[in-house]
Amino acid sequence: MVLTADPSRTAPDPKGAILPTRGLGDRLSAVFWRHPNVLLVTLLALPLLWLVVVYLGSLTALLLQSFYSIDEFSGQIRREFTLSTYAELLRPANMDIIIRTVAMSAAVTLGAVVIGFPIAYFAARYAKGHWKALFYLGVMLPLWSSYLVKVYAWKLILAREGIITWATDGIGASAVLNGILALPVIGGTSLSTSYIGTWLVFLYVWLPYMILPMQAALERVPQSMLEASSDLGASRWQTMRTVIFPLAMPGIIAGSIFTFSLTMGDYIIPQIVGSSRRFIGQAVYQLQGTAGNIPLAAAFAVVPIVIMLIYLTIARRKGAFDAL
Amino acid sequence: MPAAVEFQNVSRHFGSVRAVDGVDLSIAEGTFFAMLGPSGSGKTTCLRLISGFEQPTGGMIRIFGQDCSDVPPNRRNVNTVFQDYALFPHMNVRDNVAYGLMVKGVDKRTRHDRSEELLALVKLEGYGARKPGELSGGQRQRVALARALINEPRVLLLDEPLGALDLKLREAMQDELKALQQRLGITFVFVTHDQGEALSMADQVAVFSEGRIAQIGTPSEIYEKPRTRFVADFVGSSNVLSAEMAANFGAAARPASLRPESLRIADEGARVRGRVIALRYLGSGTRVVVAVPGGELSVFVNKGMPVPEQGSEVGLNWDPEAMHLMEQG
Repeated sequence: MVLTADPSRTAPDPKGAILPTRGLGDRLSAVFWRHPNVLLVTLLALPLLWLVVVYLGSLTALLLQSFYSIDEFSGQIRREFTLSTYAELLRPANMDIIIRTVAMSAAVTLGAVVIGFPIAYFAARYAKGHWKALFYLGVMLPLWSSYLVKVYAWKLILAREGIITWATDGIGASAVLNGILALPVIGGTSLSTSYIGTWLVFLYVWLPYMILPMQAALERVPQSMLEASSDLGASRWQTMRTVIFPLAMPGIIAGSIFTFSLTMGDYIIPQIVGSSRRFIGQAVYQLQGTAGNIPLAAAFAVVPIVIMLIYLTIARRKGAFDAL
Repeated sequence: MPAAVEFQNVSRHFGSVRAVDGVDLSIAEGTFFAMLGPSGSGKTTCLRLISGFEQPTGGMIRIFGQDCSDVPPNRRNVNTVFQDYALFPHMNVRDNVAYGLMVKGVDKRTRHDRSEELLALVKLEGYGARKPGELSGGQRQRVALARALINEPRVLLLDEPLGALDLKLREAMQDELKALQQRLGITFVFVTHDQGEALSMADQVAVFSEGRIAQIGTPSEIYEKPRTRFVADFVGSSNVLSAEMAANFGAAARPASLRPESLRIADEGARVRGRVIALRYLGSGTRVVVAVPGGELSVFVNKGMPVPEQGSEVGLNWDPEAMHLMEQG
């Protein structure tokens, strides 16, 4: 077959090779195309400004404050470098606060992993279409309502006169509830005044932050990898332990960063639900407010940062990010 | 002796889709068996039925005579080389290869030694400490092969294992796989959509079409005596003649296959004459497409032979036995 040649195209129009500019957008694109770095700077200038000045700047200011101390007589801040504020952190009363907070954060994180993993696994491996939409809705919905409303609602649920007491009475299981409340340290007069209650509310409030990154990590594990494991003779449990869990680890760590640090920084939940013993957040809140001891408040605020850094270092050493 | 793999009227339906529809086959031990077909023809589902990732909706699958309907994949002495290799990214090459021994509880020392042996078998000595992400496609393919062989399976399943490799590497791997299979003497079941690959490597080829087997035979049987129009079309690029054309050329009134390389351009005693409508240079020769009454015929002209000009009129000739009559449909 012979292609019919268009006679008007035999002598190519030299101008046709380059298309005309269509205004400012084209001209800008051309600048960005010629100088890719200009585009990068334009995109990053504002976020970088925010990150460096507002974010890291205030963090540095906080850190500096923690190296000052307070004059016990005048209540004035002495602007001289000292480690005495940090020494004050080591006093038994303050150490109690730190240990209590870290233990609670760890317990909340652990609980979130245990409850969140099956949900995330279901969403990543089995949920399709409508089920997936339902999953996202179910996980995100609690985030849409006010934090305070949720916490107060939990106070009512957990109270001695609340629905849990009523329900356990109804099914004749009040002995179980009383048994749990009689446990040393974590028990109390009612769920709403015990560490168990604080733990439950923390768990409820932060669970979505654990589920979502875990689900994202699990979703990236291809089906063929699970099949390969089973093909090579692994049982379901072995596949879970040696393939799925390590591959989900970056997601679990990401989620645990949320649950851990959010719990460590919170000062409202332990104030509303739980025993009246203080957490780091409450200590910071009271020290910078009523007590006016900004340096000690700053030193307290540094504790979660240091703990998170230690945590991440250990996680990295243990190979938690090998699958990244 | 029972067949390595035996299918008796096996079906696998996904809702209304009949991915595998009444397949019977028998793979003798020690053969290199290729499942050939276009995508969606059911060949991969058949492979997954053998490995146990799919369960048949009907029929019976036996591996070495044992019914394995209720046997989960991890208890079948069958291993798979996956299309995407499915290497574990968080383990190094050695741990990947030794995975099958690790889950069996073999001690570390033995695991280490065995994986080194297997890595040597696939010519990857010294790569044990690397991560799969640091390897090239061909090297990953070898690791996947070593990993699948460490449990000494009685049947090795390969799901388009060479699909992701470039042409040069693929040809080298074809030779290596064939040599490996002969050396180990185990049954290889190989899924591919590449007919050249199937013909050059396999002892037996099953051609799949729409969930059924269109033909099973040796590569030469498949190539030279295609049973249906589909096989003739899919394997090689044959001239498929309609029943009328075949009758016109003096054969029975049935569809026939005529391979381009068995046609000759010759004016003397030509069986049919026609006009050259296309030429395609193939390196080892030229494919000449000739329009003849009732259709087109492709002729393969060897390198060095005169090639007619486009638009010229030529006569075509062939030996009567070159025309292979097929079944209707």
